[in-house]
Amino acid sequence: MAHAAQPTQYGLMAEFDSPTALVSAATKARLAGYRKMDAYSPIPIEELNEALDLKRTRLPLLVLLGGIFGGLGGFSLEYWASVIAYPMNIGDRPLNSWPQFIPVTFETTVLGAALTCFVGMWALNRLPQPYHPVFNVDAFSRASTDRFFLVIETADPRFDAHATRKFLEGLHPVGVSDVAP
Amino acid sequence: MDKSHAPAAVSAETAALLSRTPPVIEPGHTFESVTESIGHVVLSKRTPIGWFLGFFIAFILLMVLNLTIGNLLVTGIGIWGNNVPVGWAFDIINFVWWIGIGHAGTLISAILLLFRQQWRTSINRFAEAMTLFAVACAAMFPLLHTGRPWLAIYWLFPYPNTMGLWPQFRSPLIWDVFAVSTYGTVSALFWFTGLVPDMATLRDRAKSPFARRIYGMLALGWRGSAKHWQRYETAYLLLAGISTPLVLSVHSVVSFDFAVSVLPGWHATIFPPYFVAGAIYSGFAMVMTLAIPLRKFYHLEGFITMRHIHNMTKVMLVTGMIVAYGYANEAFFAWYSANPYEEYMMANRMAGPYAVFYWSLIAINAVMIQLFWFRSVRDNIPLLFILSLLVNVGMWLERFIIIVTSLHRDFLPSSWDMYAPTRWDFGMFAGTIGLFLALFFLFIRFLPAIAIFEMRTIVPEAKMKSEHHG
Repeated sequence: MAHAAQPTQYGLMAEFDSPTALVSAATKARLAGYRKMDAYSPIPIEELNEALDLKRTRLPLLVLLGGIFGGLGGFSLEYWASVIAYPMNIGDRPLNSWPQFIPVTFETTVLGAALTCFVGMWALNRLPQPYHPVFNVDAFSRASTDRFFLVIETADPRFDAHATRKFLEGLHPVGVSDVAP
Repeated sequence: MDKSHAPAAVSAETAALLSRTPPVIEPGHTFESVTESIGHVVLSKRTPIGWFLGFFIAFILLMVLNLTIGNLLVTGIGIWGNNVPVGWAFDIINFVWWIGIGHAGTLISAILLLFRQQWRTSINRFAEAMTLFAVACAAMFPLLHTGRPWLAIYWLFPYPNTMGLWPQFRSPLIWDVFAVSTYGTVSALFWFTGLVPDMATLRDRAKSPFARRIYGMLALGWRGSAKHWQRYETAYLLLAGISTPLVLSVHSVVSFDFAVSVLPGWHATIFPPYFVAGAIYSGFAMVMTLAIPLRKFYHLEGFITMRHIHNMTKVMLVTGMIVAYGYANEAFFAWYSANPYEEYMMANRMAGPYAVFYWSLIAINAVMIQLFWFRSVRDNIPLLFILSLLVNVGMWLERFIIIVTSLHRDFLPSSWDMYAPTRWDFGMFAGTIGLFLALFFLFIRFLPAIAIFEMRTIVPEAKMKSEHHG
């Protein structure tokens, strides 16, 4: 039933009591053809990456670029300050004394990489985000302690209020609830 | 054959290890119990009376810091005991001491993470906090040594100022500015990143609407999504990988402040590794100093177990021996160089006016730490607390000896003089200890001192079971 998402519902949420149950449920949901879904857990679960078929993140590439940018920026700054803007001739030593510029270049490389990593991770995660529908479910407050959740969104082409609920109930969850938008 | 052989060997080995090695977490903990025991310290309405007492003492010392800084800014750095030829004294000693202490936090949070050392989990959070607070204390000394810090930034930071001046990038002091500010920034990012999932936990468990709101803001809307966790774990690992060379670079750069000069006692190639080892050694001593009362008063013995105490002691033993090797190496090269200035520097350290401090630091950092070889010592918590305090004293004395004895009698006997600190020197040092402790007390009251979500990953419930029942 592919039609526009109903404005009255964000999706259906199934609650599980162990990481194993969540991974098994996520795998089954994917095999059943659901794509627009997400799993929520109080701990990182590596197996979910495969179960939900998550793509590898671009973050390492961004961090590499951030580090290169930081290093080039740091060295350029030193070169510009010491050779162009404020050259000081001391005993006719070379102005571009690059070995002495390495410590600062190293530090700015690290700084560029770390800032990119921090900003990049939150930006790719679209956080901070003050509102999200999953928080409308009361039981979800345990998602940060000891409960595991699988949400199939109404935006999924295969979503059907009745059939999807039946499917989730077949996975032996602790409970299934509607998620208000 | 392989299959039948391997498990038996492993289990026998594991059994043998288990009988002697305490666990990294007390058996019987669950997701809920871990979350509750750590979160309770923060969310509880009742603040222990001991907290107020400790914070009060720290606060008094913090006021001493305000007083000394106030006097310093009004009068000038003449209130300190520094003078020619000892132009650097307490300010740089305390700077190196504090920065060094910070290093253990990064070692625990980053390097031990890369080495997959599970025991780091319960001590990384407060060790990282310790790093941040130590860096804050450290940074204060060189800044205030400029006398007028607000006028000093043009030679500290490269910015287009009206005088058209730029910093001297060939100077180790500028390297220091970059190393320490990068270190402080990266440590803060790493720490905050680690805190976010715990902020979400506190948001969801807080009873008071005010607490829920504050922790909610700090949680950034974290909801534990699998997609988020994937990037989060990648970012955490990357930050650890970035911090690892960073932490080694910071104390190397600090040691360049000395090693790049031509002064006997400073001009030595062993300085970078010797300083890094000393930093980790003193930092672990500080982690121990903080961990022992923390686990006792907040009943966290189930999380910070004897395993952690043992391992920290062993790290101190190893790094302490590297430091002791550094002392031996300095003495050997003073003799082997056949340079009269180097020889005199060493003779002056061993038998000059400051000899008592030299022999005290040798007694602590080279002799006393040999006690850590004994399991009975590693099991004795009150003794370890005293020893860890002594290690911090020993490392402070090391910096005093390196800095003061090298400066006070250099090449020209006509310029020799003695150095003595004034009460303002002591006041500022005590004041930074107050700042450090006050921040630490606030930290354990308002933020989880142990990483809750990381502790959840090591309880048995977190293990995936192989069979898939629908």
